[in-house]
Amino acid sequence: MNREEVIQAVKDIIETIAPDEELDGLDPSERLRDQIELDSMDFLDIVMELRKRYGVQVPEEDYKELASLNSCADYLQPKMADMELKASV
Amino acid sequence: MSALPRIVITGVGLTAPNGNGLAEYRESLLTGVSGVQPYHIRHVGDTLAGVCDFPATKHQKRREVRRGTRAGSISVYCANEAFLDAGIDAAALTDAERARVGVYVGITEHGNVETENEVHELIGYGNDTSFWSHHHNPRTVANNPAGEVTLNMRLTGPAYCLGGACAAGNLGLIQGAQMLQLGQVDRALAGGVSESIHTFGIFASFASQGALGSHADPTKASRPFDTARNGIVVSEGGCLYMLERLEDARARGAKVYGELIGYGINSDASDFVLPNSERQAQCIELALERAGLTPADIDIVNTHATSTEQGDLQECAAVRAVFDADSGVHINNTKSFIGHTMGAAGALELAGNLPSFDDGVVHPTINVDDLDPGCAHPGLVLNEPKRTDGVDTILNLSFGMLGINSVVIIRRST
Repeated sequence: MNREEVIQAVKDIIETIAPDEELDGLDPSERLRDQIELDSMDFLDIVMELRKRYGVQVPEEDYKELASLNSCADYLQPKMADMELKASV
Repeated sequence: MSALPRIVITGVGLTAPNGNGLAEYRESLLTGVSGVQPYHIRHVGDTLAGVCDFPATKHQKRREVRRGTRAGSISVYCANEAFLDAGIDAAALTDAERARVGVYVGITEHGNVETENEVHELIGYGNDTSFWSHHHNPRTVANNPAGEVTLNMRLTGPAYCLGGACAAGNLGLIQGAQMLQLGQVDRALAGGVSESIHTFGIFASFASQGALGSHADPTKASRPFDTARNGIVVSEGGCLYMLERLEDARARGAKVYGELIGYGINSDASDFVLPNSERQAQCIELALERAGLTPADIDIVNTHATSTEQGDLQECAAVRAVFDADSGVHINNTKSFIGHTMGAAGALELAGNLPSFDDGVVHPTINVDDLDPGCAHPGLVLNEPKRTDGVDTILNLSFGMLGINSVVIIRRST
């Protein structure tokens, strides 16, 4: 996965967790929680879905790395470089 | 209960396998429309169930539906519809008014569905519990359905569930009435819900007990009182009433469906699953005594009968013990249409009979092709609706495992 695909993977996950939200206009540099309604349980869902879909483990001390789409890409791309983007479910 | 405030039903919110809302549901009960259909669930495979088709997103965001439980969704739908039907704008309630609304939801069980789903996932991930959802606990706590109502409607009064096996729907109603009578709340959302068709365990357990209903024609599988019955059809559903004190209802000019004038709850103390007709009869008599009525005063007895031989026979013996052949009572059964909605059953089955106060018609028990002589009673209304000279009182029966019996009596508004 390249950087764009990692961002798409995260957006696909958010789409299932927050189905009422409009994701097309998200600013990748802004904090996700400042742009859409995401609470701590939703955030744990993102971590869980990364684990279920891609086998990526995000330890609690790294949760802050998932604040924005850009920071997600910075943090996740090295871990997901050898993986294929999965079809949105 | 003469010294206590009188309690009336001023709103009904319901979803049944054969209709959403009282008008559609009643129409189905008068025209013989079943809500039982083919159903598939993992491990058990092809079976039958009563499935509800209500617009969950009418009152919930998709995110709420996803995060919560099916029982929560059913409760939220019924609660919002009960407010609408009662003519109370929930969004316009003051903070003080929100704190005076109680939510009392009867449940047969809760948490089996969500636990089975997590175990299913767990096995798929090699029993690694790091895949176990953080949603498991808030979804499975026993107050989940009532709590989801408070979150959705921003109600801040007491809200919890009453676990009473299949007697639970009546328990919710009774609890709501008692809290109004004690002055603890000013409005009560009260009744019962069930999401049980989403747990394979309930089907498998009834099957192992030899008590899971089946029939080539799904609409004929739930057939209480018929010799060809072979077990329970499991269903989902919900019914929450808006209850108020009569004086409050009158003060705001509310429509009144009926008054809760008596109730009884007792225990068999005799068996885990087998019913006890003697205790059931005592429970009926307890409710009659509290209502200040005699058996001759009751116009409709809505039975609990679940389409099992033992259950039907024991209940009919109890009904015969209280209501003589010439008592003039009409006896019907709603499960013959919708199957067994478990925690919703008491409240939902009562609701289907409330319109009888207005139209004088008693909905029938369907699917009785060959009446079991052990269930015979001249008052049975079989297969076709019966027009009467008028209905003033309804006695609703609801019984559950571990021997819990519940009876409520509703009187036409006077």
